[in-house]
Amino acid sequence: MIRLLPLTRGDMACLQAVELVTDYLEGTLPPARRRRFEAHLARCLDCPEYLAQMRAVIALAGSITPDDLAPRLRSELIGLYRQWLAGEG
Amino acid sequence: MSDDPDTELIERLRAGDEWAFAELAGKYQATMLSVARGYVPSNAVAEEVVQEAWVGVLRGIDRFERRSSFRTWLFHILVNRAISAGARERRSIPVDDLGPVVDASWFDAAGNWQVPPEPWADQVDDKILAAKMAARILTAIDELPLQQREVVLLRDVQGLSGDEVCAILDISRVNQRVLLHRGRSKLRQVIGSEFGGGR
Repeated sequence: MIRLLPLTRGDMACLQAVELVTDYLEGTLPPARRRRFEAHLARCLDCPEYLAQMRAVIALAGSITPDDLAPRLRSELIGLYRQWLAGEG
Repeated sequence: MSDDPDTELIERLRAGDEWAFAELAGKYQATMLSVARGYVPSNAVAEEVVQEAWVGVLRGIDRFERRSSFRTWLFHILVNRAISAGARERRSIPVDDLGPVVDASWFDAAGNWQVPPEPWADQVDDKILAAKMAARILTAIDELPLQQREVVLLRDVQGLSGDEVCAILDISRVNQRVLLHRGRSKLRQVIGSEFGGGR
């Protein structure tokens, strides 16, 4: 459902700002839009926290160390590698 | 690519170092399995696809010329094997997942926060808490819709660039950003609820 927002040009609502967070972090917002986004952040009490939370989520995801190999899969893969080495001569 | 983080491991692998191979396999296993699982009907088949991908890597490693990073090349091989194994086309965003990322009821008629998000971002500076939340994020990633999971795993867990992910999954930049945004937004909400908030 599309909601029409009573916005004047240059004025961004929180509802719009939160949808632009990823484009902002990716650096893909067109300059004018980025300025409006940053202007919103500067005067909004809550959206800076939202942005900080998205950054925190990215940092948390980046801190995950993928699991060690399951032992069975590991030995199978090592087997493959040894075969490959043997085949290489 | 001189900034390929796997350069040293690849050299050791080429030289016949079994530990280097085990390290590479361990580093990428979870993501490879998860990506493969998106194309094939079972975990068992996904494991086979991962194995086949490694066979392809070993066969091709001497010809690998570093025009891309090793991991881009690796996931390319994986996705190609997975497509052959699964022959399942699923490269567009499912229509049932196109609504707004945030719940419109969080906002008032003017589009401003009705009830603002509970603040917690600075609390995850605490190392013990961060470790707990990282574990929670991992399970939350597992629960994401497939394409979002792939993009979040490759971008945020494995640290690949947007362009690498587009090349590996054969999706447009816009599509990649939409999937990333949806995935991250859901993760943010999950972590928020761990802190007692729902927004």
